[in-house]
Amino acid sequence: MLRRTILAALAVALPALAAQPAAAQQGVKIGLITTQSGPNAGLGRDMVDGFNLAIRHAGGRLGGVPTELVVGDDQFRPDAGKAMAERMVQRDRVDIVTGVIFSNIMLALSDTVLKDRRGVFLISGNAGPSELAGKDCHPNFFSASWQNDNTHEAMGQHMTNAGIKRAYIMAPNYPAGRDALAGFKRFFKGEIAGEVYTQLGQTDYAAELAALRAARPDATYIFYPGGMGVAYIRQYSQLGLMQQVPLFAPSFTADQTILPGVGDAAIGMFASTYWSESLGNPANQKFVADFEAAYNRIPSPYAAQSYDAAMLIDSALKATGGSLANKDAFRNALRAANFQSTRGPFKFNTNHFPIQNYYLTQIGKDEKGRLVNQMRGIIFSGHADAYASQCKMR
Amino acid sequence: MAALLFLEQTLNGLQLGVTLFLMAAGLTLVFGIMNMVNLAHGSLYMVGAFLTATFAQWTGSFVLAVPLAVAGTFVVGLAVETLALRTLYARDHLDQVLATFGLILFFNELVKIVWGPVAIFVDIPAFLAGRVELIPGAPYPVYRLVVLGVGLAVALGLWWLIARTRVGMLIRAGASNREMIGALGVDIKRLYTLVFALGAALAALAGAMAGPLYVVEIGMGDSMLIKTFVVIVIGGIGSIRGAFVAAIIVGVVDTFGRIVPAQLGLPTAIAEMAIYILMAAVLFWKPAGLFAARA
Repeated sequence: MLRRTILAALAVALPALAAQPAAAQQGVKIGLITTQSGPNAGLGRDMVDGFNLAIRHAGGRLGGVPTELVVGDDQFRPDAGKAMAERMVQRDRVDIVTGVIFSNIMLALSDTVLKDRRGVFLISGNAGPSELAGKDCHPNFFSASWQNDNTHEAMGQHMTNAGIKRAYIMAPNYPAGRDALAGFKRFFKGEIAGEVYTQLGQTDYAAELAALRAARPDATYIFYPGGMGVAYIRQYSQLGLMQQVPLFAPSFTADQTILPGVGDAAIGMFASTYWSESLGNPANQKFVADFEAAYNRIPSPYAAQSYDAAMLIDSALKATGGSLANKDAFRNALRAANFQSTRGPFKFNTNHFPIQNYYLTQIGKDEKGRLVNQMRGIIFSGHADAYASQCKMR
Repeated sequence: MAALLFLEQTLNGLQLGVTLFLMAAGLTLVFGIMNMVNLAHGSLYMVGAFLTATFAQWTGSFVLAVPLAVAGTFVVGLAVETLALRTLYARDHLDQVLATFGLILFFNELVKIVWGPVAIFVDIPAFLAGRVELIPGAPYPVYRLVVLGVGLAVALGLWWLIARTRVGMLIRAGASNREMIGALGVDIKRLYTLVFALGAALAALAGAMAGPLYVVEIGMGDSMLIKTFVVIVIGGIGSIRGAFVAAIIVGVVDTFGRIVPAQLGLPTAIAEMAIYILMAAVLFWKPAGLFAARA
């Protein structure tokens, strides 16, 4: 009796045990670190929703293998972001870390991820600090978004092309703000009527705008993400400046995380961007339509970049047959970027940062009366970042 | 700086000052009378702004939404005081900081759950959306003048309340010597609750009016809170008069502090430091603030 029971138990257990090794090797575990609390929580929400939509489009299996997504909140603090990265890499044992909106957080956690002995990949869904594009570039780091300076370079080029003589430029006083205006000045060939850095998080710009008006510039260029952007544009409009001095901004100050809070005051503003909700390529049309159907709002670039990051991973996994065992093969598959990006043409530079187009948009209303970025033309075709030559990879 | 620009910046400074006063009045009373450090004051400002946005959507009228939001936050203030803060009066300042900091996190998450993570939109009512050319060549938004007017009216109303009514007398006495009025038979619990709720209502009014001007987002009260603490420290804890004078000074100094250093070629960081340098200077000269209320 006992012998029969043991034999029966073995008969059930052995096939299950035999099946284990195969199941354990397949599958990919991805950690997404983003800002889910505080005033910037809306950006993080778009990132998570964009990534999840991509997984859904891939049938729940990126590259045809079971996909597990672990999401973590960096709380807009570099130390919390680094701790989250440590947890994901060491405890959760993720294969890839993605996400990360802010450059200071990216720089805080990049070493934790890239120096891990297992060879974890870091694929940025937003932040693109110049350090990681240049002297600190790393074979396992990829940017699925852009390099911080690029969008500002594009507007600098456009404003030069448009014949603007005197520009007044403003940004918050933190690394991305300084990078933004440095990038702008790299391509803007006119005169800078004023260069003002305001406090990070400041929401009252009455004093600065009065000084701006007194300086009589031909146009204004600003970089104010999140709530700062909402406050600035509203006050710019309230002072009647929108009609007198045209306002130009990068997409971060003109996307769907900002427009609902600003309202009609934003109409007429120009923006430079690598992606907009109005781009007509088939991949984007599908993405925007499905995003709106699933989440009841128009996506922002944060969602599109996150979606593209997931699709990039999907394409690389398809090329390696769903396996991450050979890191070099996976890296080469990532480099190939063999996927349909929502922004149109997309390929990687030698420093693993994208070479892509930059467009001009203007804020207007769509047929449903919602505020959207409407395409106005192309500024750069196949634009690369300024730091690739400093990267000593390969 | 041209004379006209100087005038316009002074107007900006005054308007910032009265907004700070609305926040500081409540905070200084709570700190002065109840000896409680209330970090959640900024959260009440935020709740006032969000409630205004919602009521404005429901009623279609901003002017109607503001008193509704103030009343709503008054109730929230009552609830917070009776449920969360009653046990803290006897405790150390550090315990109060810890508890009220927890309230900040609580309110930030609550707002995110109810209203979502993205900044919401509040419109300036159409009849207030224009500009007047008070200063030639510098059209000034009517709405900012209204904020300035309302702030001054509230300041006057508070002065009348504090100086001319019985409740005001109790408040002044309580700020001066809390134990004595308890010994004289005044119901301390009711007074505390009333003072706290009054402070909440003032913060809500500040938030309600600031919403259309700035941005209605999670955590909007936190940066305002820091400036408010600077104001009450400069003005003197427990003194409404001190809060008013200090708020105007801080508003003007902060406004000019953001503009003048760039014109003088000084580093930008000075702009952010201006009000703290002012606070240090005032404390050096008058350690208890300009109008210390404590006996």
